[in-house]
Amino acid sequence: MSRIQDRFNSLNGNKALVAFFTAGDPDLSASKEIFSVIEKSGADLIEIGVPFSDPLADGPIIQASSHRSLQNKTTLKKIIELVKDIRSESELPIVLMSSFNPIFVYGQKAFVEDAVKAGVDGVILPDLPPEEAEEFLGYANEKKLDMIFLLAPTSTPERIERIGELSKGFIYYVSLTGTTGTQSALSKNLEEKVTEIKSKVQLPVLVGFGISGPEQAQEAAQCSDGVIIGSAIVKLIESHSDPVERNRNIADFVSGIKKSLTNCS
Amino acid sequence: MKPHKLPDLKGHFGKFGGKYVIETLMPALEQLERVYEEAKNDPQFQKDLNYYLKHYVGRPTALYFAERLTEHLGGAKIYLKREDLTHTGAHKINNTIGSALLAMRMGKKRVIAETGAGQHGVATATAASLFGLECDVFMGEEDMRRQALNVFRMKLLGANVIPVTAGTRTLKDATSEAIRNWITTVESTHYIIGSVVGPHPYPMIVRDFQKIIGEESTEQILEVEGRLPNTCVACVGGGSNSMGLFYPFLEKEEVNLVGVEAAGLGLDTDKHGASLTKGSTGVLHGMMSYLLHEEDGQVTEAHSISAGLDYPGVGCEHSYLRESGRAKYVTITDEEAMGGFKLLSHKEGIIPALESSHAIAHVMKIAPTMKKDEIILVCLSGRGDKDVNQVADRMGVSL
Repeated sequence: MSRIQDRFNSLNGNKALVAFFTAGDPDLSASKEIFSVIEKSGADLIEIGVPFSDPLADGPIIQASSHRSLQNKTTLKKIIELVKDIRSESELPIVLMSSFNPIFVYGQKAFVEDAVKAGVDGVILPDLPPEEAEEFLGYANEKKLDMIFLLAPTSTPERIERIGELSKGFIYYVSLTGTTGTQSALSKNLEEKVTEIKSKVQLPVLVGFGISGPEQAQEAAQCSDGVIIGSAIVKLIESHSDPVERNRNIADFVSGIKKSLTNCS
Repeated sequence: MKPHKLPDLKGHFGKFGGKYVIETLMPALEQLERVYEEAKNDPQFQKDLNYYLKHYVGRPTALYFAERLTEHLGGAKIYLKREDLTHTGAHKINNTIGSALLAMRMGKKRVIAETGAGQHGVATATAASLFGLECDVFMGEEDMRRQALNVFRMKLLGANVIPVTAGTRTLKDATSEAIRNWITTVESTHYIIGSVVGPHPYPMIVRDFQKIIGEESTEQILEVEGRLPNTCVACVGGGSNSMGLFYPFLEKEEVNLVGVEAAGLGLDTDKHGASLTKGSTGVLHGMMSYLLHEEDGQVTEAHSISAGLDYPGVGCEHSYLRESGRAKYVTITDEEAMGGFKLLSHKEGIIPALESSHAIAHVMKIAPTMKKDEIILVCLSGRGDKDVNQVADRMGVSL
C-alpha cells in the first residue's frame, strides 16, 4: 500500500490537510525547514512545487515564488535530493507538483525511477492530462508512483469517470475556474460538483486552488475529503524574511487550518 | 510522396502537438474541435468566411513579379505573395476573421488574444469590432514600448490592451497570461491564438485559415508561369504565414519549402529566436514542439529585431516538417534582415515588415545561385509601416 493511501486510511473519516510550497523559495535549506514546520503543524501530506519559467496554471503568488526559486538556480535534480534528505527523517507522504517540461527534459523514465528512489510518493502534473500521459503512466504505474489527476468545474461526466479510473492516491479537485490563489470566495456549485465526483469515483476527493483561510477550508471540507492550501502558505514565505518569524507564522496558519478541519468532521 | 493528413485524431503531428493543458481547459478544446468540424463542413460558414475575406480583407491578394529585385539579384525569378496588402496590413487577419466567426458560432461574446508585434492584436481587435465582440489583448510591456503605434490602433478599434509585466515582457509572457486569463473565463470567452501554436485544435485551425495563402499562390503562379515554383520561402516565428504558404505544397514534392527563423545577433550568441535550428523538443503553451530551453527545462528568452519572431517556441507542424525533412529551416540575423528591409524598399517601392524582411534576406542569398528560369515564391507576410520608427532609430535617424 502506498504512503498516500495509508495516510487516508488512517484518517478514520477525518478531513485531510494537504500543504503546498515551492522548493527553493527562499532557498533549498529553508525548504527543508518549512517542510518540518508544516509536518509538525498537522499536515497529512505535503506537495512540493517544482519551479517553472512559465507556470500556466498559477496565479501571481506562485508565479513569483517560482521566479525567486529559479533565481536561486533550483533544479529538479536538486529537488529530488531535497526529498531524499527529508525522507531520512520523515514518513509523511510527499507529492511533487510540476509543469511537464522539466520532467520531460529530465527524461520521464529516469525521473520516475529517481523520484521513487528518493521517497516521492506521487506527482501532480497539471499540464499533462490523461490524453498525453500514456507514456508517463506506464513508468509511474510500474514503479508505484501515484499519479494524481485534476478535475475541474468544467469537467464533463465522461471525463470524471475516465480520470477517476486513471488517478491514483486522490483526486485533486480544482475548486475554481481560474489559476491558483486568485479567488476569495468558494464557487457556489462546489458542493454539487464534488458530490457528483464522489458518486462516480472511489478515491478521496480533495479541494484546492482557491482556499486561503480556515473558514473556507472548513466549508470546502464539508462536502469533500480534505483541502489543499498553497498560495496562502507561499505568501507567508514571501512576506517574512526572518526565518523564525516565517516558521512561526506558517505553524500558526497551518495548525489553524488543521483545527478548523477537526471541527468539521 | 505520402499524403499529409495530419494532425491525427488526438492532435498529434508525429510526436509533436497534442493538448498539454490543465483539465479546466480540456472541455473547451473538445468543444472547439467539435464546432470547428461542423463549421468546416457547413456551406453557410464557408460562404460567410469567403464573403468577409473578399469584401473586407481584400482577398485574393496579388502575386507580384518583383522584376527589379529579380534583375538586381541576377538569378531566379522572384514572386511576392502580397499579404501586406490585406486589410490591417498582415496575414494575421485571415485567421482572426475565421476565428471570430467560430467564437460567435459557440455563442461566446468575448475574445482574447496575445500579441507580440501587435499585428495579431490589431487583427483580432479589428475582427472583434467588425462583429461586435468584446476584446482584450495581452501584450508584453516591452513590446508595447517597441510597438506603440499598434497599441494605439488597438485602442482606437475598441479593444483593451492589457500590459504583461511578467518574465521578459514579450510574446512568450503575453501568451502565458492570455492562457491564464482563458483558464479563468473559459465559459464566456474564446481565445484567438495568433499562430500555429498552442494545444490542439489550434495549430490545425490556424493553419486551415491561413492555407488560403498557398492555395491562391498555386492558382496565381500556374496562371502566369504555367508551373509551380521551385522554392517557397517564408519567415517563421510561431510559423503561421509559412504554414499557410507551405500547406498546399506539402504533397508537391518538386517544390522546395524553406522557413526562415530569426538568428538575432547570431546563432553563436544566446540572442536569437531560432527554435528549430538551435532548440530541442519540449512542452510549452499546450503543445510539444521545438523549444529554446535550458538543460533543466526552463524556457529561455528569445531575441529578434522583429517582435513577431521573438518567440522561444514554434508551431508543432513545423517541428514535424523539419524532422520529416519535407521543409528546410534556415536563419537570418537582425543585420541581414535590415538589408532585406532596405533592398525591397529601394528596388520595388514596398516597405516590408521586419518579419517578412527575414524571408527577403534569404531570397537575396539564394536567388543569385539559381537559374534565371527558376522561380522563388516568397510570402510577404506584412507591411513595414509599424517598424519604421524602430528602423529609423537603428539607423540613427531621429524623426
